[in-house]
Amino acid sequence: MTESAIHACGLTKRFGALVAVNAVNLDVPRACVYGFLGPNGSGKSTTIRMLCGLLTPSGGEIEVLGLRMPQQAEQLKRRIGYMTQKFSLFDDLSVRQNLEFLATVQGLTRQQEKGRVDDLLRRYRLDDRQDQLAGTLSGGQKQRLALAGAIVHAPELLFLDEPTSAVDPESRRDFWEKLFELADEGTTILVSTHYMDEAERCHRLAILDNGNLVADGTPSELTATLAGRTFLVRSASPRHAKATLASLSDVLSVAQIGNELRVLMRESGASAEALRACLGQAGTSGEVEGTPPNLEDVFVVATRAHGARAEQPA
Amino acid sequence: MNPRRLWAIMVKELRQLRRDRVTLTMILAMPIMQLVLFGYAINLNLRHLPAAVADQAQTAGSRAAIQDMLASGVIELRATVQSPQQLTDLLRQGRISVGIAVPTDFERRKLDGREAIQVMVDGSDNVVQAAAAQLAQYPLDPPDDFHARAEQPVSVVGFYNPQRRSPVNIVPGLVGVILTMTMVLFTAVAIVRETERGNMELLITTPVSRTELMLGKVLPYAAIGLLQTSLVLLLGVWLFQVPIRGHLGDVYIAASLLILANLSLGLLISTRAKSQFQAMQMTFFVFLPSILLSGFMFPYDGMPRPAQWLSELLPLTHFMRLVRGIMLRGATLGDLWPDGMALLAFIAVMLTLAIRLFHKRLD
Repeated sequence: MTESAIHACGLTKRFGALVAVNAVNLDVPRACVYGFLGPNGSGKSTTIRMLCGLLTPSGGEIEVLGLRMPQQAEQLKRRIGYMTQKFSLFDDLSVRQNLEFLATVQGLTRQQEKGRVDDLLRRYRLDDRQDQLAGTLSGGQKQRLALAGAIVHAPELLFLDEPTSAVDPESRRDFWEKLFELADEGTTILVSTHYMDEAERCHRLAILDNGNLVADGTPSELTATLAGRTFLVRSASPRHAKATLASLSDVLSVAQIGNELRVLMRESGASAEALRACLGQAGTSGEVEGTPPNLEDVFVVATRAHGARAEQPA
Repeated sequence: MNPRRLWAIMVKELRQLRRDRVTLTMILAMPIMQLVLFGYAINLNLRHLPAAVADQAQTAGSRAAIQDMLASGVIELRATVQSPQQLTDLLRQGRISVGIAVPTDFERRKLDGREAIQVMVDGSDNVVQAAAAQLAQYPLDPPDDFHARAEQPVSVVGFYNPQRRSPVNIVPGLVGVILTMTMVLFTAVAIVRETERGNMELLITTPVSRTELMLGKVLPYAAIGLLQTSLVLLLGVWLFQVPIRGHLGDVYIAASLLILANLSLGLLISTRAKSQFQAMQMTFFVFLPSILLSGFMFPYDGMPRPAQWLSELLPLTHFMRLVRGIMLRGATLGDLWPDGMALLAFIAVMLTLAIRLFHKRLD
């Protein structure tokens, strides 16, 4: 099958007067890790919940694994896995009991169940903790257990809602290794995050802001659009330089990183010369050099541009 | 419905319950505590009320009349005083509940057919007042006196509980009260807790059906309800010699009906409540009328019409009639079929509403 795993068109969700998700178009290819990048409240969770049939959309069309949502949600539930933002396994059951319960509920036979649970415990390094209560596990262990629980029935499509928001960097790296392993086996993975470094690892990603999809593509496609617009400024007095540069109309954002300033400029007026001139006028010297754009820059541009567009009619 | 999935949910529920010490204690301690409290402490049939006498007549007749009253056992003589004034003082101080005043012209009044003895009662407690009222029923003279015959034309004979022991009346009803208290709350909280902890979001993305989920959560509690029933019956028979005159099987069928009615009510509450605390509040909203209007504490026949209508809507009312009928009067379920049907209807309505209102969605 070459069709996409998820196809959504004009997807909208309103809660009363609040528009949580606004006319989002999505196309997620199979067997890829697709990221949702956006700040809290940008509509990531709401979109994921609509895609797996937990929420009814206010408008738009969704097709997931060839099934129309939310009408065919029950059929879909056998084929997807969902890892919630908050740990949602049972704190007062042991690791093994949790997995066994989910295996049975997902319709595995008794014979399949034993093998699958043992396999998952080994694979996610939980075999030495199998009789421990889930509630007493560490953050990283809980997260591995939650992932094991979400894939106990080997789903074709896996939804992960901010899976790494409560774990240390080591566990995060480890967790992403597991995700790529699953993608290699053919699982399509849709993962939401607000970490730039995680977004960079995705095969493709969509940036959400205030319920709007403001950019999508592969990370390199997205950063390529900003080529030549990002600069590093080294200055003896970075705070002063920052204030000066931020007042330039062609500068979109200035962020201090240690002693350096990372400057993002408008497409029309992007030049290192303009920055140097500005610093000179203010009496601060500084070295300016071009630097390759990253996803954070993409994020800033995408959300700024959209904010400006939204403010115009008002 | 898939029996393996249903079983998995039930096993999960029992495993969680095993680790929940507070709930476990509640399941076992509550019936025992209530039984002992209601059985021993709450005694609506008062005896040994403290009393004082002011006999100003001091005739053979007046002394005999007072002896008759004391012999009833309802009052116990604590003091003998000189004047009715002293009696009211004692009453006000709370040292006696009943004062008996015999005026100097006792014999004359008796002949005239006027009230010859005054019984003063501490009316601040209704139950005491009712008990003391019995005293007024005692004939003042030997039975050949025509006044006495005229005053006591009707004799009351208590059937089924001739010694008027409260536990006999209370224990069967207590089965129902305990089941109402625990069953509604347990199910309501069991589901809301799952929502609060986020487990529900996981469960509803699995292929589990609404019916599997609801039945799987409710059936373990039904078993617990039957356990509680047995505990109360056992203690009732052992501690208070409560009779079971009808079939024990009928008692359990009636209890099962009440358990299912309460569980379906609990489910309905759980579909509406947003937090465990809300579920608890809603439970009390049902619990209080159940205690007051079901006939457990106050007789149904004494209630005003609207209260009676409300009472008919409560499952506990019907159970109360069933269980008292079966245990105390030796009735069969067949004799009491309207109440059985009422419970079945209640279960059907509540369960349908609960399953309809429970959505496998978050909105």
